[in-house]
Amino acid sequence: MTTAVAPAALVEELRTALGRERVRTGATELNLYRRDGSNIEGRSSIVAFPTTTEEVQACVLAARRHSVPFVARGSGTGLAGGAVPLDGALVIVTTKMNRVLSVDLDARQAWVEPGVLNADLSRFLAANGVHYAPDPSSQQSCSVGGNVATNAGGPHCLSEGVTAMHVLAVEVVLPDGTITVLGGEDPEPAGLDLRGVFVGGEGMLGIATRICVRLTQNPPVVRTLLLDFERVEDGATTVSAIIASGLVPAAVEMMDAPITRAVEAYVHAGFPTDCAAILIVELDGPPEAVAAAVERVSDIGRANKARHVRIAADEAERALIWKGRKTAFGAIARIKPNYYLHDTVVPRARLVEVLSRVYEIAARHELIVMNVFHAGDGNLHPLLVFDKREPGVMERVYAAGEEIVRVSVAAGGVLSGEHGIGLEKRDLMPLLFSPVDLDLQARLREAFDPDGLANPDKVLPAGSRCGDLQQVPAGAWI
Amino acid sequence: MDLSAFAAEVGATDPVSCVGARCLWEVGGRPPPGIREVSAPAGIEWIAPEEMTVSCGAGTPVAELDAALAAVGQQVALPTWGTVGGVLAVGRSDHRRLGYGPVRDTLLQAGVVTSGGAVAKVGGPTVKNVSGFDLARLLVGSLGTLTFLGDVILRTRPRPQAAAWFQASDGTDPFELFRTLYRPTSMLWDGTTTWVLLEGHPADIDAAVAAHGCSRVEGPPSLPPHRLSMPPSALRGLDGRFIAEIGVGMVHLDEPAVLAPASAEVVALHQRIKQAFDPTGRLNPGRDPLAH
Repeated sequence: MTTAVAPAALVEELRTALGRERVRTGATELNLYRRDGSNIEGRSSIVAFPTTTEEVQACVLAARRHSVPFVARGSGTGLAGGAVPLDGALVIVTTKMNRVLSVDLDARQAWVEPGVLNADLSRFLAANGVHYAPDPSSQQSCSVGGNVATNAGGPHCLSEGVTAMHVLAVEVVLPDGTITVLGGEDPEPAGLDLRGVFVGGEGMLGIATRICVRLTQNPPVVRTLLLDFERVEDGATTVSAIIASGLVPAAVEMMDAPITRAVEAYVHAGFPTDCAAILIVELDGPPEAVAAAVERVSDIGRANKARHVRIAADEAERALIWKGRKTAFGAIARIKPNYYLHDTVVPRARLVEVLSRVYEIAARHELIVMNVFHAGDGNLHPLLVFDKREPGVMERVYAAGEEIVRVSVAAGGVLSGEHGIGLEKRDLMPLLFSPVDLDLQARLREAFDPDGLANPDKVLPAGSRCGDLQQVPAGAWI
Repeated sequence: MDLSAFAAEVGATDPVSCVGARCLWEVGGRPPPGIREVSAPAGIEWIAPEEMTVSCGAGTPVAELDAALAAVGQQVALPTWGTVGGVLAVGRSDHRRLGYGPVRDTLLQAGVVTSGGAVAKVGGPTVKNVSGFDLARLLVGSLGTLTFLGDVILRTRPRPQAAAWFQASDGTDPFELFRTLYRPTSMLWDGTTTWVLLEGHPADIDAAVAAHGCSRVEGPPSLPPHRLSMPPSALRGLDGRFIAEIGVGMVHLDEPAVLAPASAEVVALHQRIKQAFDPTGRLNPGRDPLAH
């Protein structure tokens, strides 16, 4: 059973509030919106496309009247199942709320609606010498609202920080249907940092309807370096040495041999295909600082056995290197039709050890693994590549994935660096958190949503709150 | 750090107040007289320069932490008054916020003692982490009313190669300077004069100063004692005696400012969160995060 039937009265109330066109119950829509970018499939009964805060509020209030859970959804590119509806939930899609409302250059702030696409925002701002810093690889299609829900990252979060550092205020519809603003345009709004805890709330604390983002001044100079190594270890040691030397590059990305070869065959970015790993290091800032940093990184790379240190000669070459990095996921489709992308963080000093465990785990499960990741942050992204038509392969993929998460946490890392917990890692939360820790998180959720209707059953495993046993709905893959 | 002794001291029943260095003791209200006082453990656990993280007891003086980090060329973006736990509990940034960001972005993980006297962990040890709700941010600025900070893992940043204060030439529009100058660490304005703190490579600082016609000064003006938080673009309308942080919106005043009341919805959320974390109201009674 992959669809559910919404109460007729709920459908009617929503159609009255939003109009018939923007409230859908057809099989096509219900099928489309029962999943996100993950492999997890849920079950929705009704999909609504509000265009204003008041319409989002109307959706939440109607869902509450009928005790139907609701799930906010942006572009649906999330990889942890955070936007997957369970139990016939109402899906509230914010993609039609896609206007940049205001830009204030004296404050370097902009108010945007949640459906604005991440890359569109920076394109919109380009003429003003500023940009929106978080840049997930999905930035051409992911929305700012979704970025807020997952506290999204991206390569350039190494120096600029993740979404939480770039969101100053959010207008939200709380789970009880009230509208309020958390945070503010001013630096120290009175009270608790409700904005800070809302970011990364995975839609369980309310729905963002307007977002005040911080804009980042474009750097005067950007230099991108490509280093290649005969051993993955040398690349990883280079990363640690760069950070320990007092440099914080704009980005430090690593690609191992399998993914480098796949990308090179796909986009011809000029990546060497006979090495074990490449590092992309981007340095930005004022000219002298960047020049000194380029020299420093080159020296550190050579001291750690980099075979070549190539500095992109112009913007075209720089763009090509980044195209290679950001289209990595497209490139692997030429090898096998399916992939499962993982996301864990480990201390930089443990990168080498954890990577070797990742290769060992994949080999044991007879899977191809490719690594393309935010090395500067210790943020691993092992890609398990497979053909799901092969019998029994999914079981091996899930088993290998879980082992990778366990190894990362055991090395002093965390469950997720930027994708979130959602359904995917919900039941792995006890690897990182004690019952007391989880109870505190469940208390926060309860304070925001005492009735538990906002995106239920995500992030917190069953029993996180004493006496709060949640059942996994039938049809949900965990 | 083993927090069991601190947890035992905090206990689980009677009202208790957590004390740092009492630098900003009045913020958010005073605890009732005669209340039992406890202090978080002090001391640096470890410094990991290659991870850009440091772990210490919440009772550690920021100055002590800063001196230890200086030895590895790093620093934390915390004001240098008081204890680590104190500056986090109060959550106020200093004049370098424009360049260093708010205090709340510094805390990665905390070991805390709950209202029930249990030890818990919030956040995670790595700079990048989205594992569960970000309770660490909720605790910064909470005045110890939700849990008490026991130990923390903080994000560090490199110490700048050079740093110097400058004064902009007469008649400079600070908002225009803000648009063109690349990432100053601080920019202060009293309605007439603009002061700028530049950090980085000495040659870049020289070039920026030459391009914008600034002159070197000893340091910033001393900041008046009271604070008012405003949207940065509203600073244009200020008059009277003030020193404002351009690009940030913090205004330093001689007299206390009247706080705008929070919305009813935000007040209700605060009450529900307090009720959820500290149902008996025993942690730092008399303090109200909404009153600062």
